[in-house]
Amino acid sequence: MQTNFTDEQLKDPGVAESEKILRKCVHCGFCTATCPTYVTLGNELDSPRGRIYLIKDMLENDRPADKQVVTHIDRCLSCLACMTTCPSGVNYMHLVDHARAHIEKTYKRPLMNRITRGLLALVLPYPARFRASLYAARLGRPFVPLLRALPGFKPMAAMLELAPSSVPAHSEFANPGAHAASGEKRGRVAILTGCAQPVLKPGINEATIRLLNRVGVEVVVPEGEGCCGALVHHMGREEEAMEAARKNVDAWTRAIDQGGLDAIIITASGCGTTIKDYGYMLRLDPAYADKAERVSALAKDITEYLAGIDLPAPVNQANLVVAYHSACSMQHGQKITIQPKALLRAAGFTVKDPPEGHLCCGSAGTYNIMQPEIARTLRDRKVKNIERTKPDLIATGNIGCMTQIAGGTDIPIIHTVELLDWVYGGDKPAGLPAVKTVKSGATPLEAAE
Amino acid sequence: MSELIAFLEPDRSVIDRRPAIVADLAQLLPEACLITEERELVPFDTDAFVSYRRMPLAVVLPETTAQVAAVMRYCNDNAIPVIPRGAGTSLSGGAIPQEDAVVIGVSKLNQILEVDFPNRAAVVQAGVTNISISQAVDGDGFFYAPDPSSQLACTIGGNIGMNSGGAHCLKYGVTTNNLLGVKMVMFDGSIVDIGGKALDAPGYDLLGLICGSEGQLGIVTEATVRLIAKPEGARPVLFGFESSVTAGACVTDIIGTGIIPVAIEFMDKPAIEICEAFANAGYPMDVEALLIVEVEGSDAEMDAMLERIIEIARRHGVKTIKESQSATEAALIWKGRKSAFGATGRIADYICMDGTVPLGQLSHVLEKTSEIIDHYGLRVANVFHAGDGNMHPLILFDANNPDESLKAEMAGNDILKLCVDAGGCLTGEHGVGIEKRDLMRHQYSDADLAQQMRVRAAFDPQWILNPSKVFPLDGRNGSYEDAAVASKDHGKSAA
Repeated sequence: MQTNFTDEQLKDPGVAESEKILRKCVHCGFCTATCPTYVTLGNELDSPRGRIYLIKDMLENDRPADKQVVTHIDRCLSCLACMTTCPSGVNYMHLVDHARAHIEKTYKRPLMNRITRGLLALVLPYPARFRASLYAARLGRPFVPLLRALPGFKPMAAMLELAPSSVPAHSEFANPGAHAASGEKRGRVAILTGCAQPVLKPGINEATIRLLNRVGVEVVVPEGEGCCGALVHHMGREEEAMEAARKNVDAWTRAIDQGGLDAIIITASGCGTTIKDYGYMLRLDPAYADKAERVSALAKDITEYLAGIDLPAPVNQANLVVAYHSACSMQHGQKITIQPKALLRAAGFTVKDPPEGHLCCGSAGTYNIMQPEIARTLRDRKVKNIERTKPDLIATGNIGCMTQIAGGTDIPIIHTVELLDWVYGGDKPAGLPAVKTVKSGATPLEAAE
Repeated sequence: MSELIAFLEPDRSVIDRRPAIVADLAQLLPEACLITEERELVPFDTDAFVSYRRMPLAVVLPETTAQVAAVMRYCNDNAIPVIPRGAGTSLSGGAIPQEDAVVIGVSKLNQILEVDFPNRAAVVQAGVTNISISQAVDGDGFFYAPDPSSQLACTIGGNIGMNSGGAHCLKYGVTTNNLLGVKMVMFDGSIVDIGGKALDAPGYDLLGLICGSEGQLGIVTEATVRLIAKPEGARPVLFGFESSVTAGACVTDIIGTGIIPVAIEFMDKPAIEICEAFANAGYPMDVEALLIVEVEGSDAEMDAMLERIIEIARRHGVKTIKESQSATEAALIWKGRKSAFGATGRIADYICMDGTVPLGQLSHVLEKTSEIIDHYGLRVANVFHAGDGNMHPLILFDANNPDESLKAEMAGNDILKLCVDAGGCLTGEHGVGIEKRDLMRHQYSDADLAQQMRVRAAFDPQWILNPSKVFPLDGRNGSYEDAAVASKDHGKSAA
């Protein structure tokens, strides 16, 4: 597509990168078809092609962001389904990241919007604050109907509704340290503890560490790591995101220097997408560019890593039908589509692909808080599609989707790695339905068929 | 940038009334269905023929046929031009608006209303995407046959407007052969139903007239389409050749022998490289031209037809033959082919031609196309429906280079004229739109055009529907006004 930038404008590396991205777009419109918001709202302004055009117009004219542009960019889930669909290779992720940073710099949001976003950025990335806020949320619950009726307070209502009714105890697996491999050591990895997940579902990383240890992999939880930065990055708070990235790069670089790492394991695919992008995010920082690129190259989703090593024979029989929900950050952000299902099948599960699997469930970081109506429509559509496969349980690899989907169905939803840990000798994950009886002598694999 | 193609001069009197028009439209539609802010209008200023852009006066996205009718009636009463828009995937600029026009987009009309297997029909709203019809009936063993490469995104309403084709139309025909009925909003807001599930509708073949009328005879809001039972099996086979000319001759021979596969698609080397880079479909990279021939039916049927095709291909010195071994492989072969245009964006900007030629002329036209492209110093990738003789040279250029952009358009015009001169026509499936409008006189005499314009004026006396498209602007003086007057007089005498 033709672009109109001056040489002066192109001196800004962010603008130069966006210009390169825009040049690849041929305006074919394929992306509209798989965009969850276009499918829901039927307005091209709420589609990737519409947003690309809005961003192009804003950047070319060197204009501050305005209400219209912000409305449609805010409605973008950053699910990146458009990038899977785009035949031209348009990097919508980097374009919209740039646009969000531009919005943050040039646009003053309405007061309540600013307060909500500020609050989320202040609380969510920090486990201690997040834990405290979940206790506080219980007190706020009775006010949900009231808040929902007040303009500007809908996100607050959504936030309170999403908060779980009980908060698990702090897990020692979230503390810095090393977990030695049992038996012969065949690898050493670091694991991202992260921010919200260890508070909401500490069992996920516990299962990961136990499983890896059992198959001979030492797992280190490096001192000093924290939130990956995705949360603030998607809000356009570029500097905070870079700070988070640098902190993690430092922590993992130390771990690499002190004994080497085969991988940096991530159990929330939303974080994985961002960490794999550290190399790009920090490309202009001479002190970090190389280190960040090394970190990005080592970053692996747990299923990606497990698919590359030999697993023992299953210990527990997994005679259950699993609907596999592929998180957007997994299938579109990281293009991991085969491994999780292959691992579940090899473990003995019968795996079903729900229809419209490419469409987002509406979780998308803080989207279900900031855009509760669209998020709810998408969640209900997702749940309907999942229920059509009549599963015993749902497996997925992202904490955000787990919370979101659980809000719309009674079918248990369990992290892929918790299921694998159980099959290969770990504890039974909470909420796992009773396994159907299998005639004696049948192997789990045969039973699953 | 200087533009080769002119639009109608916008009507100042309409533009000056803009605030009143916007206020009136707001009375006819819910807030979420009306777009009037300048910023928000920009993304509607073009379609997939992105070289040309015009801002619309307003965009409406109605949720019901009644809303379409209300807006249409209002625009006709106030002589405001109307541009119908499907998904905005037109390669001929069929949905490009103009400064004095209201765009009526059907993207919110996206429901499948009825699936009727005993009558092998589906009733869908105009904004339903082409592929979603097939997806909705796939589990029951049916599909909707016409499959434009943009089928993922393009709407059935747009398909009807352009009488769209696709790779599998060689066997199953194009949109007009698979359309059973429409609900259409006329210029004055009246709503008519034409055709239906039964064969054959009484009276004139109005459906045949409406299908391919490029949004100039009315706005289709619902369509009844034919569903077809899926074959037992389908197998795309890749045939690689050492030259485009021999590949072209092979196509002519296959069809000439009386064999009609489901699809015969052609790609030259540049197209193969582009598609392989996106889809990793396993296309042979050491050939100059590739045919994707798809056969379908039972294994025995497929084997028998393939045997005959292979024999013909051997006579033309085929270099490699590769059968798809699995459904996944077959899907990748088609994914690569159907993404060809978009994937071209990875290496250059492009405009896509759509001329058709008699099959016997295929090799000749391919050779001449290369000469034209060389003459302008440009590059070309050929990827097209060979079995139908529907050529799609993709002319590659740099959109940020005004000189090259102009040359690309001029080369395109030369190629389309070449197709007409070879006995073919300007457009196989993309429509005339704005892109080929000024070449219409190369295809038709003034008398032909005047007659067509009289038909058009019978449906839209004020010429408010998609007015800048299809008919050359300079040929309209007199002839179309005569036509309009004639139709008005007729209306009076009938009343």
